Amino acid sequence: MKAIIAATILGIVLMFTGLFVKDKKSVVSIAIVAMLALFGVSIWEYSTADPTAPQELFNNLLRIDNYALWFNMLMAGCTFLYVLLMGKRFISVGNHVAEYFTLISFILCGIFLLTSYNNLLMLFIGIEIMSIPQYILAGSDKRNLKSNEASLKYFLMGAFTTGILLMGITLLYGATGSFYITSFTFLQSTTLNPLALAGIIFVLIAFAFKVSAAPMHMWTPDVYDGSPTVFTAFMSTIVKAGAFVGFLRLFHISFGSLSDHWMMLVAIITAATLLVGNVTAVFQQSVKRMLAYSSIAQAGFMLFAVASVNATAWQGMTIYAVAYTVATIGMFAVLVKMKDYTYDGFNGLAKKEPALAFFTTIFLLSLAGIPLTGGFMAKYFVLNAAVQAGGMLWLVIFALLMAAISVYYYFRVIIAMYFKTGDAELNHEVTAADKILLGITCALVILIGVAPQLFIG
Amino acid sequence: MVLILLILVPLLAGIFSMALKGAAKGLALLSSVTTVGVSALISMTAYEGGFIEWGMPWIPQLGASVSLLADGMASMLCLLTGIVMSVIVITNWNKEVENDNRYYGLMLLSQAGITGVFLASDALLFYFFWELALIPVYFLCSRWGGERRIAVTFKFFIYTFVGSLMLLAGLIYLSLQNQGADAFAMDNIIRAGKSLPASEQQWMFWLIFIAFAIKMPIFPFHTWQPDAYEQSPTPVTIILSALMVKMGLFAVLRWLLPVLPEGVAYWSDFVIWLSVIGIVYASLVAIVQVDIKRLIAYSSIAHMGLMSAAAFAGTNIGTHGLAVQMFNHGINIAGMWVIVSMVEQRWGTRNMRELGGMASTAPKMAIALVIISLANIALPLTNGFIGEFMLFNGLFSSASAYSTTFMVIAGLGIILGAVYTLNMIQRTAYGEAVAMKKEGDLTANEYLGLAIIIALIIILGVYPKPLLDLTSGFAMMP
Repeated sequence: MKAIIAATILGIVLMFTGLFVKDKKSVVSIAIVAMLALFGVSIWEYSTADPTAPQELFNNLLRIDNYALWFNMLMAGCTFLYVLLMGKRFISVGNHVAEYFTLISFILCGIFLLTSYNNLLMLFIGIEIMSIPQYILAGSDKRNLKSNEASLKYFLMGAFTTGILLMGITLLYGATGSFYITSFTFLQSTTLNPLALAGIIFVLIAFAFKVSAAPMHMWTPDVYDGSPTVFTAFMSTIVKAGAFVGFLRLFHISFGSLSDHWMMLVAIITAATLLVGNVTAVFQQSVKRMLAYSSIAQAGFMLFAVASVNATAWQGMTIYAVAYTVATIGMFAVLVKMKDYTYDGFNGLAKKEPALAFFTTIFLLSLAGIPLTGGFMAKYFVLNAAVQAGGMLWLVIFALLMAAISVYYYFRVIIAMYFKTGDAELNHEVTAADKILLGITCALVILIGVAPQLFIG
Repeated sequence: MVLILLILVPLLAGIFSMALKGAAKGLALLSSVTTVGVSALISMTAYEGGFIEWGMPWIPQLGASVSLLADGMASMLCLLTGIVMSVIVITNWNKEVENDNRYYGLMLLSQAGITGVFLASDALLFYFFWELALIPVYFLCSRWGGERRIAVTFKFFIYTFVGSLMLLAGLIYLSLQNQGADAFAMDNIIRAGKSLPASEQQWMFWLIFIAFAIKMPIFPFHTWQPDAYEQSPTPVTIILSALMVKMGLFAVLRWLLPVLPEGVAYWSDFVIWLSVIGIVYASLVAIVQVDIKRLIAYSSIAHMGLMSAAAFAGTNIGTHGLAVQMFNHGINIAGMWVIVSMVEQRWGTRNMRELGGMASTAPKMAIALVIISLANIALPLTNGFIGEFMLFNGLFSSASAYSTTFMVIAGLGIILGAVYTLNMIQRTAYGEAVAMKKEGDLTANEYLGLAIIIALIIILGVYPKPLLDLTSGFAMMP
């Protein structure tokens, strides 16, 4: 509750900062402080909350449990890390720096709603609060045609999916007579109303779109590639994690008892997502576009958490969200420094900037899921959940083969940096502060890999 | 506590060596000699079936802990790792490498990983080290290797990574059979595996074995190996062939045979068939090689085939012989590679057609070559003999209906091994003398390195009892 209010107020404050503070660098500094404050508030809220009794607010529209608070805290922390690493780069996107931070703050507010909704209306509002600022951010590089295309494409597809989500909610209401996710009448029943099944499938499609799961992933590469890189970093990580928690919440809490009916569908979506994401990523020439496909591939792994209805899945989702977010943000922080986004643009980076190349290597190893990095533990937890749920061993083995494919495109960057000669050109000087921040990010990646229990909550 | 030293010393030495320029060789030597000392100490405790354990909690939510166990075989392999690393550093002492701080740093890191594999008694920890040993080697080969290094190393990496991922799936499945704490502890994994019904063990077998089969490598999973050995810089080839392939064999003994007994019983004939086919195939291919490095690479596949056949023969003597042979093969193959790298430096080629007359131009080197090659084909009174004898004995006395057939086919390997090895000696050491590009017989450090190897070959060939006693505890295990 405190975090939701804080995110809203800070968003509004940041908006007005743009009016009164003309110096853009000061705006960035203020925004960093604001995000730190938000992180602080979420820590405060988590530490003061009663872990056994969830808060129920607004006639039980929101039900903020311990998991939600923990997840909010992690996401606020990741956002703080994100603005620290990339806040300065907002200036080069366009003139409305304060507004960009405002939108980020509002997106967080939407994510906080998604982690704690108890009613389908709140789910809908959460998804919209989270999505609409993204349409703006995607198009924020106004003079760039690709950015415009990204925004329009994202908006049209997103609006259409919103319709599907609403349709699903309507059908569910028709089937059960309630919007409350914990009080659906079919929670106790094992037979299924066809209306409810149709509703579940519609909601599933809408969520699959939001988390860019195949075959609803078509927008992802263009939007992620076209948007300004700093915002792609946010959209493909924290936002995706938020959408996933919303997904998990609905499907495990309300539809969990019906998992027999939808599990196979989610499993097939998972397989398709892994296949499309990994195989297409292999053929990319631009690292940014490769990361877009890799984010589809990673979503495939996170879908394992949705498909396996058990407690490990929730832990897996937390770890995966953090590990993937931290490593990807780090990767994008390196990417924005590069002049040339193709693989060849990375040639010889290790000679020129050994520290930068080393950090990038750790991020890529984590994304590929090599032990000692967060990515391994993340994959471990979700696959563990899937094996535990039973009946999905074929999918686990398929996913592992896909993970082996992912090594190919992640390592291409490492090969370019270390074993090819070239003059990797940078946009900006790599300052000592950059190195320290990236070093901290790197340390986090390894900490998640060595002691994941610290992040489970 | 002394066990963690074996991992920490190379790990810290590796990190320091990367950070401090100029101290790399010294640190590497210091660290490897220290590990030899520590492993020798541990071996004394582990002698005749004793063992040392050490543990601390790690991820309680998963039931994983940092627990190490050094029984006779593990401490022997740690000793081997230390000795081989020392020999590498000693023989390379006078060679200049670009960025030597990173070169030696990465080597030490891989040593830490390999030692971890040998010592881990927790399945998740084992998996961690299993993968970690690979990463430094990947960078070593890709950075300092031959012309086709990038593609070849990448193939090697992907190959072994696929195997490892299957292993991970298998380990997750096994650990989930255990409820509660210490789900990954070795005893619990063994109990979980044994309690699975036979039909499940049969498919689980491949999930776990594929990683080990690729690492060893046995036919037909060997295709990465000759290229990787050929393209890697020789010290890394030594690490790969003397130490990393032992990880595969060791893992079979520790994490496969006791865990899935019924799966092993079902598939052992099949695996032995693959192994003996591999022996003959690799030996035949070795005969037609002209590059010495490729020849030795194929000979290594043949030796691995015999060892894996004995591992699955299910006899005490075979398993005991395997443990002994792991050590001896590590020593011999390291010696072979050391000589190959000396030949390459002095003549500038590895092609046997362009070599000859080493006995007259560099007599000391030729003597070393002959002794090590003969040990490699298991001449009596060399260390290779006792191990190979026990391996064949084990294979012959196995309960399998085909034991005689296996024995006969594997026996072909001895004959073919003599053919290509003697041919190699003849073409490099004798015949018309080819002038060296860089003059000189063995330098002092090379002399020392080879002396260590030859001393071990002869001492263990004449008096193998210490090695047999050290590993005897293991052979009695179920």
